[in-house]
Amino acid sequence: MQATTPVLRARLALIRHVPYFIAAAILVVLAAGMNFDGYVLNILLQATTFSVAVFGLSVVLGLCGQINLAQAAFFGFGAYAVGLGTTDLHVSYWLCLLAGCGIAVVAGAFLGMSTLRLGGHYLAMVTISFQQIVTLVMINAIGITHGPDGVSNIGRPELFRTSQSYLAFCVAVLAIVGYLVWHLPDTRIGRAMRAVRDNELAAGVNGIDVFRTKVYAFAICAGLGGLAGGLFAGGFAYVSPDQFSFAESIVFLTMSLLGGVASPIGSVIGTGLLILIPEWLRFLKSVPGLYLAIYGLFVILIIRFMPDGIWGFVTAGFERWRAKIKAPPAAKPLQLKPATVGGDMVLEVKGLSKHFGGLKAVDNVDIAVRRGGVHALIGPNGSGKTTTLNVLSGLYKATSGSIMLDGTDITNMPPHERTAAGLGRTFQNIRLFRSMTALENVEIGAERPGNTMVGAGGAGALTERAMEALTFVGLGNRANELITSFSYGHQRLIEIARALASNPTLLLLDEPAAGLNSTEKLELHELLKRIAAQGLTILIIDHDMTLVSEAAQHITVLNFGRRIADGESMAVLRHPDVMSAYLGSE
Amino acid sequence: MDLVLQLLFTGIGIGAVYALVALGFVLIFRATNVVNFAQGEFSMVAAYLMVVFSVDLGWPYWLSFLIALAGMALLGVIFNLGVYYPLRHRSYLPVIIATIGASILLANSVLAIYGPQPQVLQGWFDTPGIQLGPVYLDSQYLLIIAVTIALVIFNYWFFEHTLLGKKLQATSQDKEMASLLGISVTSMIMITFIYSAVLGGLAGILVAPVLFVSIQMGSTIALKAFAATIIGGFGDVAGAIIGGLALGVIETFGAAYVSVPYKDGFAFLVLIAFLIFRPQGIFGERVAEKA
Repeated sequence: MQATTPVLRARLALIRHVPYFIAAAILVVLAAGMNFDGYVLNILLQATTFSVAVFGLSVVLGLCGQINLAQAAFFGFGAYAVGLGTTDLHVSYWLCLLAGCGIAVVAGAFLGMSTLRLGGHYLAMVTISFQQIVTLVMINAIGITHGPDGVSNIGRPELFRTSQSYLAFCVAVLAIVGYLVWHLPDTRIGRAMRAVRDNELAAGVNGIDVFRTKVYAFAICAGLGGLAGGLFAGGFAYVSPDQFSFAESIVFLTMSLLGGVASPIGSVIGTGLLILIPEWLRFLKSVPGLYLAIYGLFVILIIRFMPDGIWGFVTAGFERWRAKIKAPPAAKPLQLKPATVGGDMVLEVKGLSKHFGGLKAVDNVDIAVRRGGVHALIGPNGSGKTTTLNVLSGLYKATSGSIMLDGTDITNMPPHERTAAGLGRTFQNIRLFRSMTALENVEIGAERPGNTMVGAGGAGALTERAMEALTFVGLGNRANELITSFSYGHQRLIEIARALASNPTLLLLDEPAAGLNSTEKLELHELLKRIAAQGLTILIIDHDMTLVSEAAQHITVLNFGRRIADGESMAVLRHPDVMSAYLGSE
Repeated sequence: MDLVLQLLFTGIGIGAVYALVALGFVLIFRATNVVNFAQGEFSMVAAYLMVVFSVDLGWPYWLSFLIALAGMALLGVIFNLGVYYPLRHRSYLPVIIATIGASILLANSVLAIYGPQPQVLQGWFDTPGIQLGPVYLDSQYLLIIAVTIALVIFNYWFFEHTLLGKKLQATSQDKEMASLLGISVTSMIMITFIYSAVLGGLAGILVAPVLFVSIQMGSTIALKAFAATIIGGFGDVAGAIIGGLALGVIETFGAAYVSVPYKDGFAFLVLIAFLIFRPQGIFGERVAEKA
């Protein structure tokens, strides 16, 4: 049963997508068969090739939230590879096209790797710089690129010698690439990109390698730029540096924003409009600068008034309507099977310290969390609780000490590897991916590398697991609603569901009761009991003494970064040091 | 040796311009957490305003200068109201894209009005320069360096020793707290935009006689200035100035000893090197988001 379900789903998906391929085939036949005059043919060819480049932006900007202001440079790589390859080097068109994509991907990946660890501002400026450098080289390295004169008489493949057949070939490429980009958000890497866009920190602690995801997005974008450039060069048989300038990068960006950055359909709409409108308004081109000035104004206005573009505007209304009528599937009860290597202790922290300059936020702390129990870490404000949690989940690097999770040393791992090793956590200030539905958020948790509860991790298994987790916290019937429509307390439950779906070995809860009203606190307490009943070990940090004393069997108390008490709950709470830390000494 | 001294002087002169624009970058970044990609266009627009009033209309240089700076202040107001303010509650990405749109709009509007031919603007002084031993000191470069030094001192005094400066600092560090203390955050941000537009404009007017006045001068200067802020340490005032000077010197030597056509590429190479090996810059500290 379990083995056949994914196959069936895949087949269903294929059947659902048949209309797309039929439509694409009709378009290809039309492109090949209709007798366009040269002017129309050129416009169609330009729209088709540019759309492929704009697809790239919909991946990097729309899906992953990273900016690329050098798409024209990557477009240029592909164009010059085909241009120089088929003329000066006499290499087959196909090889040149491939090489152009390859060069663009490598350049994109390198550029990304040097910058993507840093904030988005750097990326914007570095891609602009890169764009300028590429233009400089295209103009000045005359020996290789022919300089400002450009490259002419560029070849096409034997099979598509006529412009008409070449257009049909480009339309086919557009359809295939469009299909892949359209379905990218539903793949593992696509979901990772969306998570990174919405909240990098939360993506990291949910097992996503943020940096690598960004580099992938950037490389895919650059590769599509290269592919588009290669197609463009073959179509127009002539390329020159001004076609790949910074201004063109801005044109690509405007196309992407206008149509809607989130979807390839938006890319095609935006590209089509921005190629057609200037043709209708040709008089604008007679004054140099005027039409680019209008593009600039467009960018500001779109960002201000239609941030999701034309297509986003159309689909947003539709999505709202669909979420209301689409009943989520029923789910089986959630099973938690925490991994184990058999030891008594799930978490062993020894001599852990975290210093910020001279401040010893956490100083030589030992914590041992017994398997299957609820362990609480408490302390007054500023005692180092949250710092400890951040060091445990890898957001901060420990100054010294060691952290063993279920027999694995995780002291020096980045957050996503710790998650893979079996750590799940929630945040004091909720960090959900706000542009996604509850179900999609929890699916990202379920996708944790090493999650044995989802089999091979097929889309069906992930959805099922996510539904189980949402149902477990009592929100299964609202799975398809956007995060923004949930109350604060419910968002907290979704965060817990996201951690549970990953079937962690240890669950870290950072002040789960903060900001909840008394009914919600009772519900939370119930939930914790049900989680603990399944044998999942919990490390909880909270101020709420009622919750802590009732839920936890074992308590560790911190004050001024040091451990001041540790042991069985009731005994610890009666400890004189603990009482004076909380109530002040007499 | 003489050549080295000469190049050093020129490099510091051009670096001072980068430093001024970088300062504008940093001020806006600290106040709004946004990098203003139209900062370079402020310089370009101011230079064209000088051309309009001083060359085309033939008004006195000092009067044109004052009008141009007043025009920049106005541009700062319009920019804030039209580009930053409506997007202030959105994430940084839409704001970045909007400032890029503004930069394209400004550059190409000037192009549409004035055409692509570069314009020439006279320097402030009639004497072209003085010979000091082996080094020829161009009067315009001397002016640039003097103004930069004066502005750095003014900046220090303004932010550290005036109430308005302290309010601006408070705003840039914690907007919510500042507003709870009765500081009008909106007007502080407005002042920041005006100040940095004027700074950018000043840099443009100063450098115009050395370069040609052209549409591209804005983006070229902005690129270098941004590189300067990264080299110095992002968001750091002293870093922006040191970074700007360093970049000017590196670029001048690179043009003299390596290659002239690729002169504008050196900034990029230095930038990439810093991003890989010392992304926090010379003065900066690594900052991590709090969980």
